[in-house]
Amino acid sequence: MTNMEQAEESHAADPINASLSAEEKIGLYRDMVRIRRFEQTTLSIYQKGKIGGFLHLYIGQESLAVGAVSLLGDTDHVITAYRDHGHALAVGMSMNECMAELYGKATGCSKGKGGSMHYFAPDKNFWGGHGIVAGQTPLGAGLAFALKYRKVPGAVLCFLGDGAINQGAFHEALNLASLWDLPVIYVIENNGYSMGTSQLRSTAHPQGGLAQRAEGYGIAWDIFPGADVYTMRACTQKAIDRAYKKSRPTILEVVTYRYQGHSVADSKHKDGYRTKEEIEAQKTLNDPIARFKKILIEEGVLAEEQSKEIQAAAKLEVDLAVKFAEESPFPEEAAITEDVYYEVDEKTEAGRTGRHFFN
Amino acid sequence: MPKLTYRQALNDAFSEEIERDENVFLMGEEVAQYDGAYKVTQGLWKKYGDYRVVDAPISEAGFIGLGVGASMLGLRPVMELMFWSFAYVAFDQLINNAGNIRYMSGGLIHCPIVIRGPANGGTNVGATHSHTPENFIANTPGLKVCCPATAADAKGLMKTAIRDNDPVYVMENTLLYGEEWEVPEGEHLVPLGKADVKREGSDITFVAHGRAVITSLQAADILEAERGIKAEVVDLRSIRPLDADTVLNSVKKTNRVVLVEENKPFCGVGAQLASMIQLEAFDHLDAPIQRVSSIDAPAIYSPPLEKVQLPSPADVVAAAEKIL
Ligand SMILES: Cc1ncc(C[n+]2csc(CCOP(=O)(O)OP(=O)(O)O)c2C)c(N)n1
Ligand SMILES: [Mg+2]
Repeated sequence: MTNMEQAEESHAADPINASLSAEEKIGLYRDMVRIRRFEQTTLSIYQKGKIGGFLHLYIGQESLAVGAVSLLGDTDHVITAYRDHGHALAVGMSMNECMAELYGKATGCSKGKGGSMHYFAPDKNFWGGHGIVAGQTPLGAGLAFALKYRKVPGAVLCFLGDGAINQGAFHEALNLASLWDLPVIYVIENNGYSMGTSQLRSTAHPQGGLAQRAEGYGIAWDIFPGADVYTMRACTQKAIDRAYKKSRPTILEVVTYRYQGHSVADSKHKDGYRTKEEIEAQKTLNDPIARFKKILIEEGVLAEEQSKEIQAAAKLEVDLAVKFAEESPFPEEAAITEDVYYEVDEKTEAGRTGRHFFN
Repeated sequence: MPKLTYRQALNDAFSEEIERDENVFLMGEEVAQYDGAYKVTQGLWKKYGDYRVVDAPISEAGFIGLGVGASMLGLRPVMELMFWSFAYVAFDQLINNAGNIRYMSGGLIHCPIVIRGPANGGTNVGATHSHTPENFIANTPGLKVCCPATAADAKGLMKTAIRDNDPVYVMENTLLYGEEWEVPEGEHLVPLGKADVKREGSDITFVAHGRAVITSLQAADILEAERGIKAEVVDLRSIRPLDADTVLNSVKKTNRVVLVEENKPFCGVGAQLASMIQLEAFDHLDAPIQRVSSIDAPAIYSPPLEKVQLPSPADVVAAAEKIL
């Protein structure tokens, strides 16, 4: 059996999933529903011109962030790329602060300074939200280095796209992670495309998959389909155990699919680099939310009625977040030059010494 | 003269140069099958195929370096950075390799490469995607850099850049791609190192490059309409080499100057110009040189605030009024 086939088997009985209470299972479902509803709404708001810049949607990939993040404890950390709304909500950031950030409001998680691609919540061990492809991957190694340096048992989940694996920074980070035994887990969210480019056209890799490149660095790796949240949890837990017990890195390649275009403006995502039929097939076969709902209903954990309530609650939560964002103020003009230098903001001696700004 | 978008003018420049010289090829992320993230290379892959128009993986250090290497052997790569902001991933190739190889080889090697793409703020894409590194590039002897403000200049400068035997870095602007200007028909070349007086005037000079030229022209219209003041607008077009004479002559004529750019102030293009003007035209200045640039902070996302951060016509008018 290949890794992929093995992974296709049900992981419901794996200890990490069997130990979940009914409430916890419903929590996983609820989080995926909340993420999807949040993003569906952001898309329509974007189309009304209330959000600027880019909007990279995670719809179709929800089980990855929710499954992986659900395994983390207080000393574990998360960092990701620009497709970050799912991870942000999964780590517990509020819809209000996330929505307000998209509106560029002062009440946003980054005070309206970062936008969609740059969410941060260090209080939730969430270190961004990074706009430059693979720019976060050495940072992930750095977070793991800091844990190890401080002798804190913990693991770092560093998410990246399948296109990001071709950046030099990622390869340098892999070497460091292996050389120095860093407890970092690189989660390649393989949705098949980097913008309008399929893997075949962008990536030379061993037969086993993208993650098999790990062997060149002596790093453990795994590849599995990500639509089933139980599979995501079971396979990620093995990597977390490795980080905790051996302080060793892992590369996970998780096969997934994005339903929307790369960003909102993506002229060719339905009849260019991929087809409508392909998208529809993925939606019917591999939708993480529909799948998990079916499983939970079969397990007798969730009733159709309750699922509707969860949907309705998510919709209400998003609607309130929109209202919150709409009613929030924009930042003051003076905010433009705040948060540039710590020393200046904190009015320290260092911040008062020398000229820091030149307008 | 036909009107063309800035985007189409660039596209025409690529077609013409691809047909003119078999060493010219285009490479970058999404430039071929996707027609370019901003559609600047639309239709070129269909027309010229994989050999001349090449999609690269997301590996800026790798493919930009590859372009520099290929240029050492005499090819004329035209490399697209989807955003100039992504150049920072490839800085060693851009600065250390392309910038120094000729010098360090004692002139044995040269790099006829073009590296191009948009470099601008104003589209709410946040600090990581809004860099304007023309000053970094101009700070590197061995490199040339230009920032066209109109479709005609975009075409003429691009064609010249491709034929130039040194590395030329062309910084475009996503906000200008869809704008139209008249573009001369037939062979149209704009030399590097030649500024263009986009508006004649006698009372004050605005020196600008890139989209700041458009801002300066709007400011000049306001000053004329409201106060009858005639501002001259000098479009640098090329930053290095720099047309010092046109700048100095304009200052000598108007005796007042405002330097306008969308870059940050510290060590910006305006800083070099100010130094040059006070040194070479000190006696002609009737007032201190004024500078207008972006507010000195990383690019803010918040859409209304980003507007404030970038220079507006009102900012240029206000700077002019200080010295009128
Ligand atoms: C250094 C750099 N190069 C290019 C880009 C533009 N860009 C943003 S996302 C992207 C595609 C990335 O694809 P992948 O890593 O597969 O992630 P996905 O978008 O599929 O989640 C590109 C080319 C960028 N942001 N940074
Ligand atoms: Mg991808």
